[in-house]
Amino acid sequence: MSLAILIGILLVGGLLALLADRWGDGTPRWVSLVTIGVALVYLLTTVADTAPEYFNTTAAIGSDWITYLKLDWIPRFGISFELAMDGLSLLLVILTLLLGLIAVSSSWSEIDFKQGLFQANLLWTLAGVTGVFLAMDLFLFFLFWEVMLIPMYLLIAIWGHENKAYAAMKFFIFTQFSGLLMLLSIVVLAWQASLTNGSYSYSYFDLLGTTLNSNLEFWVMLGFFLAFTVKLPGFPFHTWLPDAHTQAPTAGSVLLAGILLKTGAYGLLRFAIPLFPEASMNFAPIAMSLGAAGVIYGAVLAFAQTDFKRLVAYSSVSHMGFVLLGLYAWNNIALQGAIMQMVAHGVSTAALFMMAGAIQHRLHTRDMRRMGGLWHDAPRMGACALFFAVASLGLPGLGNFVAEFLVLLGLFAVNPWITAIAALGMIGAAIYALWMMQLAFQGKPEELREFGDFGSREMATMATMMIILVCLGMYPQPVLDLAQPVLDSLQKLTPNIEAVVALTQVGVMDQ
Amino acid sequence: MNIDDLQGLLPLLTLAAGATALMLQIAFARNIKLTSFLAVATLLAATLSIVWAGESAPRFVTPLLRADKLALVFSALFCVAGAVTAILSMDYLNNRGDEPEEYFLLLVLSTLGACVLAYASHLASLLLGLELMSVSLYALIAYPDKTKLPLEAAIKYLVLSGAASATMLFGFALLYATTGTLQFSAMAQQLANIDTGNITLLVASVMIVTGLGFKLSLVPFHMWTPDVYDGAPAPVAGYLASVGKAAVFVVLVRWFIASNLFRFSILIDCIALLAILSMLAGNGLALLQTNIKRMLAYSSVAHMGYLVIILVVGSDLAHRPLAIEAGMYYLIAYTATTIAAFGLLTLLSAGKSQKENIQLHDVSGLFWHQPLYACLMLVALLSLAGIPLTAGFVAKFYLISSAVSDGRWILLGSLAIGSSIGIYYYLRVVFYMTRRVEEHKNIPEAAHGLIEKFMTCTLIASILLLGIVPQSLMEYLRSILQLVN
Repeated sequence: MSLAILIGILLVGGLLALLADRWGDGTPRWVSLVTIGVALVYLLTTVADTAPEYFNTTAAIGSDWITYLKLDWIPRFGISFELAMDGLSLLLVILTLLLGLIAVSSSWSEIDFKQGLFQANLLWTLAGVTGVFLAMDLFLFFLFWEVMLIPMYLLIAIWGHENKAYAAMKFFIFTQFSGLLMLLSIVVLAWQASLTNGSYSYSYFDLLGTTLNSNLEFWVMLGFFLAFTVKLPGFPFHTWLPDAHTQAPTAGSVLLAGILLKTGAYGLLRFAIPLFPEASMNFAPIAMSLGAAGVIYGAVLAFAQTDFKRLVAYSSVSHMGFVLLGLYAWNNIALQGAIMQMVAHGVSTAALFMMAGAIQHRLHTRDMRRMGGLWHDAPRMGACALFFAVASLGLPGLGNFVAEFLVLLGLFAVNPWITAIAALGMIGAAIYALWMMQLAFQGKPEELREFGDFGSREMATMATMMIILVCLGMYPQPVLDLAQPVLDSLQKLTPNIEAVVALTQVGVMDQ
Repeated sequence: MNIDDLQGLLPLLTLAAGATALMLQIAFARNIKLTSFLAVATLLAATLSIVWAGESAPRFVTPLLRADKLALVFSALFCVAGAVTAILSMDYLNNRGDEPEEYFLLLVLSTLGACVLAYASHLASLLLGLELMSVSLYALIAYPDKTKLPLEAAIKYLVLSGAASATMLFGFALLYATTGTLQFSAMAQQLANIDTGNITLLVASVMIVTGLGFKLSLVPFHMWTPDVYDGAPAPVAGYLASVGKAAVFVVLVRWFIASNLFRFSILIDCIALLAILSMLAGNGLALLQTNIKRMLAYSSVAHMGYLVIILVVGSDLAHRPLAIEAGMYYLIAYTATTIAAFGLLTLLSAGKSQKENIQLHDVSGLFWHQPLYACLMLVALLSLAGIPLTAGFVAKFYLISSAVSDGRWILLGSLAIGSSIGIYYYLRVVFYMTRRVEEHKNIPEAAHGLIEKFMTCTLIASILLLGIVPQSLMEYLRSILQLVN
């Protein structure tokens, strides 16, 4: 029941925030902050209560799931309200809530129009994303998948910047069309399973191991793959992302980059590959090529941008390419890298978007050609920007490095050539990240301007994210341990590639 | 005819008696309040009488009408839809025209026609119901607003609908010439002996498909739809789009099942083609509209395209029950949603400004000064677009499930493309509604009575409930359709 309550807290919090508009000007954001805080505390206490043994045992024992909930919903089609949480979901839900806090903080003084509705939409997006990470019934999963987009759409459409209509629409149509294909795939899969099982079920556990003929399996897999890759975003389905990120309000960008993109990666890892192991393995070379193309293409385009937010957006395309690579390499090390990248990229990109938002709030422009010399006016801002820029380019000692290194290491066993190409992306990352620092913070200011440096609220937020990244970089083991049992059970579902088995048995990472 | 037969016909009798009473009341003393009260009471009484009528179902009442659960469910739906339309129209009429009392009389008569269609088991009763519904609608379109546009719309509808009925009648005649019967189930026995390639039958089916395609506004028989909706008063357009189509579709399904028309593969292929054209063209043309009524008109073309998929899927006996069930659920969801969408237009047109033809920029900023009405429109649009938690999503899911079970990939592909186009124009309205206050000035004044607010909440709740807890309705439809099949 605890998982339903978790989602319920966020939903009710949203309603309260909506009502809080009447109680005073600043109340909604406090409501929002408290709601997310309560949700986070609630999550951690229930996890600590229900499953201490989960963290002590290794994968071999069957208790993969920390908590599990199943209620009948639409028995006519075997649809149930089925939520479950394992290490992977836990990690991502914690990330979601943390970034939720950061999003609230980043919108603290930015939003002056209908604050209550803004915070409500923010909380409802969080509820939807949390649902996506927890749902184990494919119908329910699809429901959360679609529903989380509506508050996000409203965030962009109402509080976005100059070109918000176009961006919001593009975002929604891309994700909806691919979502519709996924719905078709889900229905086909459930129908095929019902032919063998005799009754309808949309439960993940019932659908695992459904045998389809290979042609059908390919098309059904493709439906899932498209939906998830659009969200990831993988090359060439990324074109909605720069627009949506650039036009969204800061908190919207933080949520988009930090957690919405991760739902795509999560979907691939949890659903697309395990449900269709054969087809996915056959498709892996194409997926990995798309991933490598995304890494390079994102980096090159990021370098071509003059808009601060657009640059960060394209860098996301590049970084999420690593996730795609890691997932389709499908061995322990690469998968660990992909999961690590999901967390590290979520934090570092959220920080960069917050930075972009802070600059825009002060200068009223995102054009880096009009910045220059910001360090001089705002040294704290400059230092933070430098930290997250080097995190983004993969400086050893920070989370992103661990992630990208693991992905490349795991990938090398599967496909050295693609690894070599993808590794070039890291050079690209160094170029655009440093170039961004150069353009925005170094040099001489072109115009005279007065603006405040980061205040204590902003510094506290930035410090939190820095600590997370340093911890991830210096001691990633807890995260790896949390994800390991999940990866073990997922990998059992799929045929292994021989070379990879050999590599994992050597145990490079000394688990 | 005995007392049980009469009991089965109770909704029809109630409506007919109510219509007579209304006519007498208007003849003796014009009083809009009393008339509207009587009309709503009649419609609600007819709805309630269905509980009692259900006790004697299923039975044939004369060869013309079949009182079964299916007929009763849809009669209830039409009566409720009629009542909602009547309630929403009150303010609209008060601020318009002189002596609008006959409007309610016509509305009750039109509902009676729709209910007869739900009962029909014979081509004669089909025609009777259809004409009763349509003739009332001609008048309803032209009646309340005595300006040029509604008049033009009414004449257009009258002429084209008349032509379609004539074509259809010719088809019936040819059908009668080959089979010697007009009764659905008797026709099944006759048709079973006839070769499916029979040329007279082919001509007949082309004519009938044309006529019914017109009534359902399937592409390429859809040309009248946007003009008529545009000209018609908003509540009437909503009624026409929901009940006017649902009633025709119900009788079509009944006829297809009873006479087993599914075995004529050419007919089924024709319908599949019409479905694809309607889905693509309807959605495509809706993109170009800035008038919300015209946009909803084209969207209704597209929705009818989605809906007739179930006739194609139903051609396979194994998947027929699921397909019919999906179709019935879709009809209910579609009716609720359409009434809600047009309901908002009615509320906006009802104010003193008498603004007709709501354009996109007329709703801009609606979220900020009429949040409740904006929520109604938001929910209705999301439901039309098929976003989860709304009735429209469950209906679309149902439809997709049935089409997948039969492996109709081309139809499913068109549905996916059509729905994706649809998202754009539905969301465009949402975007206009969320515009900031500075960006708009001349908003039409909306109705703001308690009754309107209550109706708005009811409509929102019904769309959401159909989308969130559909199980009981699904089971109920399933149980009654087992009897029909």
